[in-house]
Amino acid sequence: MRTVTDSAGSNQPGPTARPRGDTSPWIDSEPWEVVGIRHDSPDVVTLDLAPPGPFEFLPGQFNMLYQPGIGEVPISISGDPADHRHVLHTIRDVGPVTSALCALRPGDQVGVRGPYGTSWPVAAAEGGDLVIVAGGIGLPPLRPALYQALSRRDHYGRVVLLYGARTPGDLLFTDELGAWRARFDMHVSVTVDAADPDWRGNVGVVPDLLRRAPFDPGATSAFVVGPEIMIRFTVRALVEAGVTDDRIYLSLERNMQCAVGMCGHCQLGPYLVCRDGPVFSHQKVARWLGIREA
Amino acid sequence: MPQTLEPLLRDHKFFAGLDPDYLSLLVGCAANEVFPADAFLFREGEPAQTFYLIREGKVALEIAAPGRGVLVVQTLGEGDVAGFSWLIAPHRWEFDGRAVEPVRAVRMDGMCLRAKFDDDPRLGYELMRRFARLTVNRLQATRLQLLDVYGRAHGN
Repeated sequence: MRTVTDSAGSNQPGPTARPRGDTSPWIDSEPWEVVGIRHDSPDVVTLDLAPPGPFEFLPGQFNMLYQPGIGEVPISISGDPADHRHVLHTIRDVGPVTSALCALRPGDQVGVRGPYGTSWPVAAAEGGDLVIVAGGIGLPPLRPALYQALSRRDHYGRVVLLYGARTPGDLLFTDELGAWRARFDMHVSVTVDAADPDWRGNVGVVPDLLRRAPFDPGATSAFVVGPEIMIRFTVRALVEAGVTDDRIYLSLERNMQCAVGMCGHCQLGPYLVCRDGPVFSHQKVARWLGIREA
Repeated sequence: MPQTLEPLLRDHKFFAGLDPDYLSLLVGCAANEVFPADAFLFREGEPAQTFYLIREGKVALEIAAPGRGVLVVQTLGEGDVAGFSWLIAPHRWEFDGRAVEPVRAVRMDGMCLRAKFDDDPRLGYELMRRFARLTVNRLQATRLQLLDVYGRAHGN
């Protein structure tokens, strides 16, 4: 069995950051079966996939999901890393491949290769406060990190989840948000960009939630996922609050196509996001984030 | 011995680090207020002579739009300040401020404050700096909202 360790904090990806089939990165396993479907919002679906054999992943890693004749896309794993039989992928319908994936039904099959990429340094964050900041479809890649942290809740100080979406109807995992909010050992705050007066929650942006959130900036690790503009504003608010650059981690989504560092489409400065990321410390990638794409 | 509002001002983020002498001066312009859910702290178009330090609860900044109902622009919460209009002429509220849930706040009298700023420009400068910071944060937040960053992306 492979050793499972955090990998984002190190210069070199850890053992599990390597693709499973180093000799052949392409499909070399049996298809996975869709065993459950959940419609999380009008354009977001979570597929519950059963792997043909034991499957392990680290929070923050992704799989390449393949539909014959249509194409392949990188999708973060959104379920519990401790559950090796139900591997969840939360997918937003934004194009032909994701649309085909969102239309799958129980019993259908999906090509899967992975897991790929670096992971959230969940264990390294122990001993301090953990602030998880998600925007839009950024919550699914963070949920495994939250599951893992909550499974060892007494090893952390405050656990804070801040989540922003476009409207109340776009919020994902609403049942779980309610359950997390009901816990006494967790601070959950949600905001939306626009809402009608019936919405009793916050309207505004995630950086505003940060300014109100309870955490000790000097002893905080922050994990951030969302659209890159939201990430940049959030990082500024974290730094302004006093969280150091080396304890802010991001997951980036660039044009990942091969997932094994061969095609070069996801290059970010000296890094390939599929191979060296998607989870990076902000310190590592800060200078490359604001550069305009050619 | 009657309790003053000075500890409430000192504990609020907006006044963090302010010279205690100035806090003593400002407390004369402060009053405690409680609003039940759905009560209005202020209404669009009315004279703006106050601002509020929110201690507890949520306040929605809203505007009524014909054909679209009431739109919530932003929600403010504990530690936030509601109200800039008292500071700049013509001193009229630009939005409705409605308590989404029961709200405890300290109401600051703008006319009283402006008089103190005129008497002590150093105090005025310090408070203006704080309001400028708040204004910039709100402007950036509004820009981020306008960018609609969670809008439908095109991809695979």
